[in-house]
Amino acid sequence: MPDGYRFIGKPTARRDALEIVTGKADFIDDLKLPNMLYGKVLRSPYPHANIKTIDTKRAESVLGVEAILTYRNVPDWIGGTPRHVKVLDRKVRFVGDAVALIAAENEQIAEEAIELIAVDYELLQAVYDVEEAVMPGAPQLYEEFPGNLIPAGFPGFGPKNLHELVFGDVEKGFREADFISEGTYAYDTVPNPLPIEPPGVIARWEGPDKLTIWSATQSPSWHRFVMLPKMGFPEIRSISTHCGGSYGSKNYAFLPCFYAAALAKKTGRPVKVYYSKEEHFGAFALRPGTRFKGTVGIKKDGTVTALSGELFVETGAFSDTSQAQVAVALGEVQLMLRCPNWNLRTKLVCTNRNPSGIVRGFGGQEFESALFPILTEAMQQADLDPVDFFKKNYVSPGDGYFWRDGEWYVNRGQDYSEAIDRGAQTFGWKEKWKGWLKPTAVNGTKRIGVGVSVHGNADVGEDVSEAYVRLTPDARVTIHVCVSEAGMGQRSSLCKMVAEVFQIPIERVGVTPADTLVNPFEFGLVGSRGTYALGSAVIAASEDARQDLLKRAAPLLGATPEELETKDGKVYVKEEPSRSLSWSRTIGIARTCTGFGRFEPDYSVPNFIMVFVEVEVDVETGKVDLLQVVPATDVGQIIDPLALGGQLHGCLGSAGMDTALFEETVLDRSTGRIVNLNMLDYKWRTFRELPKFRNVILETPISTHRFKAIGVGEITTSPGPGAILMAVSNAIGVRLTEYPLTPDKILKALGKIGE
Amino acid sequence: MKGKRSDEEKKIKLVVNGHRYELRVGGEAHEVDPSHTLVYTLRETLGLTGTKIGCDRGSCGSCSVLMDGKPILSCLTLTVECDGKSITTIEGLRDPTTGNLEPLQQAFIDKSAFQCGFCTPGMIMTAKALLEEKPSPTEEEVRDALSGNYCRCMSHYQVVEAVLTAAKKGEDSNA
Repeated sequence: MPDGYRFIGKPTARRDALEIVTGKADFIDDLKLPNMLYGKVLRSPYPHANIKTIDTKRAESVLGVEAILTYRNVPDWIGGTPRHVKVLDRKVRFVGDAVALIAAENEQIAEEAIELIAVDYELLQAVYDVEEAVMPGAPQLYEEFPGNLIPAGFPGFGPKNLHELVFGDVEKGFREADFISEGTYAYDTVPNPLPIEPPGVIARWEGPDKLTIWSATQSPSWHRFVMLPKMGFPEIRSISTHCGGSYGSKNYAFLPCFYAAALAKKTGRPVKVYYSKEEHFGAFALRPGTRFKGTVGIKKDGTVTALSGELFVETGAFSDTSQAQVAVALGEVQLMLRCPNWNLRTKLVCTNRNPSGIVRGFGGQEFESALFPILTEAMQQADLDPVDFFKKNYVSPGDGYFWRDGEWYVNRGQDYSEAIDRGAQTFGWKEKWKGWLKPTAVNGTKRIGVGVSVHGNADVGEDVSEAYVRLTPDARVTIHVCVSEAGMGQRSSLCKMVAEVFQIPIERVGVTPADTLVNPFEFGLVGSRGTYALGSAVIAASEDARQDLLKRAAPLLGATPEELETKDGKVYVKEEPSRSLSWSRTIGIARTCTGFGRFEPDYSVPNFIMVFVEVEVDVETGKVDLLQVVPATDVGQIIDPLALGGQLHGCLGSAGMDTALFEETVLDRSTGRIVNLNMLDYKWRTFRELPKFRNVILETPISTHRFKAIGVGEITTSPGPGAILMAVSNAIGVRLTEYPLTPDKILKALGKIGE
Repeated sequence: MKGKRSDEEKKIKLVVNGHRYELRVGGEAHEVDPSHTLVYTLRETLGLTGTKIGCDRGSCGSCSVLMDGKPILSCLTLTVECDGKSITTIEGLRDPTTGNLEPLQQAFIDKSAFQCGFCTPGMIMTAKALLEEKPSPTEEEVRDALSGNYCRCMSHYQVVEAVLTAAKKGEDSNA
């Protein structure tokens, strides 16, 4: 670590730590507004149906019921990309789709009354498989999307947004290849990121065209700027409470927001809509399903010569951000594999299940996990060590790639070779890797195997951040930035960066509430952008305010601003520190000093992580135990070691690595119902199943950030599924290609049970 | 039912974090409905929102509180069954006179043993019950005790460290 930082890189208590450990941190369900009603959703028991009749009379007559809304009387707001998701529709498209909304004095009344709504459905055939959905004669979810194909392209990424990747000459590339591997593989068990806290929204209309939204969200501004066009541009103020986990899924919650706002509009009272865990499982944000039919060509030395294929992305009953996930997937695969010849086409398909949403790993995890069996087969043919292969092929400084906006970027980022070497060394890769489909060790019925994969993202500099910084004469700094606390500790890390700029104790730095009314524009905590994008905006604002401060002090100290410095609430002459002035004297009791900073998007700095795993497979029972995990990365400069450590440990959670071991959403295709929508049947890793975990974090200063740092939090989950597939295959000596590797799949592969 | 005796029966006596409550059983907002879970009563009737509801089905441990010193899932416990019991929630851990944090709370702060923090009250209460029973647990015992507590951010490693640190502090101060 470069010396000289007073706060950066040192472990510090989270600014909200006291509230969290004493139960005082407010989450959305802890908020109760005066006169608030409780909203509930009547949900469809059928995967695909038209509503023939709907009778709400009995429910309306229940004492305490204040409003019931159906497709006939909801506002005509519309979401989705392109716009196709109504608040309520006459048609339902998945088990759990909304049929009616109710607002009542308490939850119990709402739950009881909603059962009294009588609905007569005309049942329709449903479709669940991407390839079946695009066949002629398949049930059609939307009239406007023939063949169940949702139009490609995410308009938010600009006119050239990436929805296919066609450049170079793949035929030439395949001719140059020594080994070609092809096949169709999927990462499509649509697991749930499953933050512990379900999504929730409270909406209150302050006037006919003025709405306040409270929510537990990762990116509070989305409930303003993303909702505005969906809702006909009312004046929206969005406030975030503490967010009880998100992993992308609670960047925002447009449907709960629609429901609460519609009920609040109807009743003229604040309305809370807070999903039950069952709704969270059955009607909110799964990972997209991905199936890839593709071909890769490589040379003997591991050079990738061509990659072609068709990517089927299954978004469930609607798409809101899936086009964006396709775009980022196409970008990220170019970071993973340096290759001159590409021909990747995509299809975005809707099916009759709970829709996909945003999940950590955003497109790239899904695509790379589906591509992985094709890649490993090619490496196996060439008898290449996968660590060498990934080291050779991960995008280097100076290499280029098309990013999500369709623009070509030249990599200004790090060389991650040393992180790879250090990771391999710490893990003991050279000793443990015995070759393809060879176990590291055999102990009776137990087989040990190792695997590895990589992931990187150039979204660390995505989108715009703005911040104000305000210095007050009592030697305090307030950062005005619209950022919530969703677990990354970013509000605290921003305080550290600002404390470092002003050389002032962290306790004297605060952040405004995550409220769009009092803060400038901030895109949100996505794509590991907190450190670079958001951090740079806040640092720029601090520097601006610092200059203002020094300029004001200059005449008072008889020096030029360049000759001055500030520390611990004083401005002093660098050459003669005894000539100093307090901030209160400099600023004046009745004035403030301010600064503004803006970060403009920069897609030229990819981050990186390689994850090594070691598993033990019992060939009698088919059970896989995860023994060891080593993530290796280079973050330039650690801002907070404990927060960073937690982000890396996070590779085991939020529908990450464990989606290759036991996590999946199980859909009964005869009824369209998810059969494991509770926390007993949906498997999750417990404290008893913790592998040995060692983080390898390098700090090679990166010039793009004032404190030489780059974020990695989002990407840690993504290499996991592929690495596990490789490790288990090696352990049992049989090539495995299907996620997750539950005991039945292992035993089938070993020929111990039938198909 | 009428008469003095039944009036008494319709009241639940509870001690929560050292405060005594008498709650009438009934259907009004301030009363305890026989269907109310303890976590509902804590949060909605008594305003103690530190205890969290994660799954509301007894699977995630977020609602863990202590009943007479033992950890229970307050989402699976009916309030009407708690008559005469003493409940401790996360709000009751600070020393009532000094306001000092419980060593476990301080250890969770020092180790940043949380990310989103939603599951933290349940974690701390479960760990508290463990340390009451076993002041010097092994790492294995800590993991066992917390195996019913869900954390999706994966703060497990830092939580285990925090619990062991708090236990060590307890040992040192008793030595």
